[in-house]
Parts: sequence; C-alpha cells; structure tokens
Amino acid sequence: MKSMGVLITYPMSTYLQHQLHNRFTLFRLWDLPNKFNDEVGSIQAVVGSTHVGADRQLIDSLPALEIVSSFSIGLDKVDLDYCKQRGIRVTNTPDVLTDDVADLAIGLILATLRRICESDRYVRNGLWKQNDFKLTMKFSGKKVGIVGLGRIGTAIAKRAESFNCSISYHSRSKKPELKYKYFPNIIELASNSEILVVACSLTDETHHIINREVIDALGPKGVLINIGRGQHVDEPELVAALVEGRLGGAGLDVFENEPDVPEELFRLDNVVVVPHIGSSTVETETDMADLVVRNLEAHFSKKPLLTPVV
Amino acid sequence: MESIGVLMMCPMNSYLEHQLETRFNLHRIWTVPHKTHFLNLHSGSIRAIVGNATAGADRELIDSLPALEIVSSFSVGLDKVDLEYCKEKGIRVTNTPDVLTDDVADLAIGLTLTTLRKICECDRYVRSGLWKKGDFKLTTKFSGKKVGIIGLGRIGTAIAKRAEAFNCPISYYSRSKKPESNYKYFPSVVELASDCDILVVACPLTEETRHIINREVIDALGPTGYLINIGRGPHIDEPELVSALVEGRIAGAGLDVFENEPHVPEELFKLDNVVLLPHVGSGTVETRNEMADLVVGNLEAYFNKKPLLTPVV
Repeated sequence: MKSMGVLITYPMSTYLQHQLHNRFTLFRLWDLPNKFNDEVGSIQAVVGSTHVGADRQLIDSLPALEIVSSFSIGLDKVDLDYCKQRGIRVTNTPDVLTDDVADLAIGLILATLRRICESDRYVRNGLWKQNDFKLTMKFSGKKVGIVGLGRIGTAIAKRAESFNCSISYHSRSKKPELKYKYFPNIIELASNSEILVVACSLTDETHHIINREVIDALGPKGVLINIGRGQHVDEPELVAALVEGRLGGAGLDVFENEPDVPEELFRLDNVVVVPHIGSSTVETETDMADLVVRNLEAHFSKKPLLTPVV
Repeated sequence: MESIGVLMMCPMNSYLEHQLETRFNLHRIWTVPHKTHFLNLHSGSIRAIVGNATAGADRELIDSLPALEIVSSFSVGLDKVDLEYCKEKGIRVTNTPDVLTDDVADLAIGLTLTTLRKICECDRYVRSGLWKKGDFKLTTKFSGKKVGIIGLGRIGTAIAKRAEAFNCPISYYSRSKKPESNYKYFPSVVELASDCDILVVACPLTEETRHIINREVIDALGPTGYLINIGRGPHIDEPELVSALVEGRIAGAGLDVFENEPHVPEELFKLDNVVLLPHVGSGTVETRNEMADLVVGNLEAYFNKKPLLTPVV
C-alpha cells in the first residue's frame, strides 16, 4: 500500500503520523509548498481532525480522493453531503473516545462546582496560610440534564448516576429503552436541570442550541458544561451571562473560535476552561489512530470499513 | 440551656457558631488572649467542646475542664480527640458521619480526574494564552484503571461505587475483609499498591494507620501509579511522598490533606502532576450546614437527656 497517497491535514498526533508514514505515502498539508503540485493527483485519502477537516474546496482539489478518515468523532469539519454526492467514503472514531470524553465531562463538573482549580491556585499562592477556602457547591444528588443522548451522553449519564444525580435529557427523539426523563424541548430541560451538559453532534440544527433563552432558563445557580463543539453555544451570550452573574458557572472544553478563548472568562472563578482535551489521553490517541489506520487499510484492501459514516 | 458553656476550638463555620450561641454560652477559644486566665474563670461551666479536624480535645485540655461531659466534633475523623481518655473519664463523643460521605467521595473522584487529566494545568494553560501556541500534551485516561482503596468504610464504599461507573476494577485493603463486598481484598497495603493504578486513602487516622503510606508502599505503587489522599495528612510520610514525586518515582498525586496544615511542601508547587487542595473534602454549603445541624442536634440531645444522634464514645 506504500503507493497510496494519504494527506494529513494537521499535526494532531505524532503517533498517527508515524503509523501513516509507515504504511502509505504521507503528505502533510501544512508542509505542502503552495498547495497543489503534481503529487496531489496521487492523494486517495484525507485524514482530518477537529482542527482541519475536508471541506468542499479541499475535496475538489483532490481528484483521486476516495476516502476521508477523520481523527475525531465529530464530523462538522467534513462536508458530508458533498462526500456522499461524490461517492467519497467517510469514517470517524466513535466508541474508542467515549470514556475519555465522558470522564472529562464529570471532571469539568467537579472542577467547576467544587472549585478544584481555584483551590489548587489558592494553595499554590500561599493563601491557605491566611484563611480557609470558601464553601462550594455539592455535586452529588444534583439534577443533571444532558443534551444529546448518544454514546457519550449515555456514558455521562451512567457516571452521573453513581453520584446519585437524577438524569434527564433532550434529544432529537425519545429513547424509550432508557429510564431517564425526556424533555421535548431544551428550554424545559434547562429549567429542570442544575447542571446542563452539551453532548450532541454539531449540525445546522444544533448550532447555537445553547442561546440566551436556554441560559436564562438554566439560571443563576445553574452550571453549563460543554464537551461538544464551541458552536453549540452562543459564546458572547454565555460570556455576558457569566460576567453578569445570570449563570452560576461553566466548564468548557470547546470554544467557537479555538484556540481563542474570550478573555473576560479569565477573571472569573466560577469557570473552568480547558483546551479541547476531551479525548487527549495517550491511551485514546493510540486507539483513535489505530482506528483511522485500520479504516484506511480496510478501504484499500476492498474490505468493509470499520466505522463508516458515509 | 444558655448557661451551658460550650468551648469552640477554632473558627470552623459561622452558621454553626450562630446556632451554638443562640442556644448555649459559646466561648471561642481562639479569641482568648490568656488561656490560663480564661480557664480559671470558665472551666467550671464548660460542659461541651466543639472541635473539628484541626483542633479537638487532647488529654491536657480535657484535664483542664473538670465539668466537661461531651465532645461534639464538626468532622467524621476523630484523630484530634483522645478517645481512650474520654472513654476513661465517661465523656461522650460524637462526630458527623454520613452527611459528608458524598462530598468527600465526590472530591476523591474530582482529585483523581483533575490529577490524571491535568485539568488544573490545562485551565492554567488556557488562561496564560499558551493554547494559541500549541495544543496541550496528552494525559492519562481514568476509565478502566485499577482503583485500590485503603479503608472500605462509608467513604471508601462511596468512592468505590463512583469509580465502578467509570468501569474501574476495585480492590481494597481494610483491617478486616468485608465478605459482603464484591471487591478484591488484599491483606496488605503493599500488595494493594503493587496491583492498582490509583491508590486512594480513605481510612480513619489511628496509631496503626499513621504513615500507612510509606516508602515501601510508594515504591510498590510505582512510576505509573497515582496516590489520592482524602483522609488525613499523617496517613502519608510526606517527605517520602514529596521526594517520590519530585524524582518521578510515582506518576502523580491528588492531595486534600497534609501533615502540617495549612503548610504544603513548596517543592510540590513546581510540579504539574499534583493537585493540591486546602482540606475541602466536606467543604460545600449544603454539607457544612448539615454537619452543623448534627453537632447542635447531638448537643441538644445530650443536654435534654435524649439518645445521642451519632455517638462514637
């Protein structure tokens, strides 16, 4: 397969690059001089990520493109309709990252409610010698509302249940096999939750699903946790609500315009901001990379894809 | 009951102070400039002590209060109370179990997640503008890791229940095996430490458990192992832990308690694989109110000659 040309769009994983380089002829988009020299005709696969995917323009510039294998579960950076139209296969990395992302959602909840990062700073700044840290908010037993009850949402629910939290959700469709309470609209979910977690995929319908109305419904004691995509949230509205105290707190792994994060948030002690690390563990990166490679190998061997979306 | 003298050992909670002073004659020992003079004046009327994890009732204090009948601790841990001496002198002792179990267990999981996934480091990384220069490094997965718990009481059990939801296999060390438990029992802490990825201290502090985490246990836990302490600082040989962390002989630690609070070894401040918290295990508004109500409830029960709510002695 060494002759198969594979284009990687972003340096998201050294391990992945290494695996790809060993099996295929690897092109690195950020290294390609002025894009689009002769070699481009030999590129049959694109490996994209949450940073840079495969939009229409890229797809059109690669006449031999057969498959896009995304190093992510989210496919908002891939023009799925166009791929479908052009007969280009698309794979992602579901399941292998579910646990890590769900773990981070719980980690963000605990860090935000119990002010873990702030109290760690408190100790390191020597303030404990002067006074005890203030009292914070209990997590156990709180009402958790989840937007999107797919693999990740379900994994978050399972974890939150062990903290005796009551779980409710909003989803495109009700899941009758699950015992959690369903809300047909997100405002009702937000009104009935103390902690609202965004765990759905980003589509045209879910763009800014967390808007002013939802934030107001969640309220001054409510906490928003986003491990989905930055564009799920109307960010300026969120920032204003936090700064003005209309929302109790937020734990955010994603932002509308990464790596830019609204600096007004840095002054607040009721937010935890992390740099899109949902699946960024050594273990999961390896599993994700292996899945990307196995999908490509399956495609080039004319075998069934492991995790196709298109 | 306003003639009943209650001695509070340190500022622990304003709601509690308020509840006590509306019911009793509350003396705040930390506001007293001359302890001897104070004791001369009031020792005859002080019938109760309210202590906590920081300051309790040792033999010397007990001896200086001849009218003492009950010690009600604003904590579940009673390592600062001379229980044997109280038993000998017929002094009742109460603590605050159950109401704080969830908070402490939550914090144990919170410490585990923030340590393994470097959440606090990441938050600092974003706030300092470093994300614009590059992605953060990879961290360590929590789900599925082997969790070893020292002490399978209320808190240890609550931690185990939560860790199970993260698909973690649970094992434990305890003074005695718990046959009703499905978890794997190890008869020694060293064996438990060798076997697990994350070792959590959740037992009471007694003479036997002082420095239960020593060099040998730390070595057994090893360079891929993590230590989480939501018990008491003296459970760990702190200098040994510090050198192990600085030298990379264990992977990291999440610590809510220290040998000499509020002092925290400053060598730890340079490390990105530790999370250091100022003894906040039960520090939520909800739980401290419930603990305060339990302290007051126990004192009221005692002075009304009713059964104590949560007696230990």
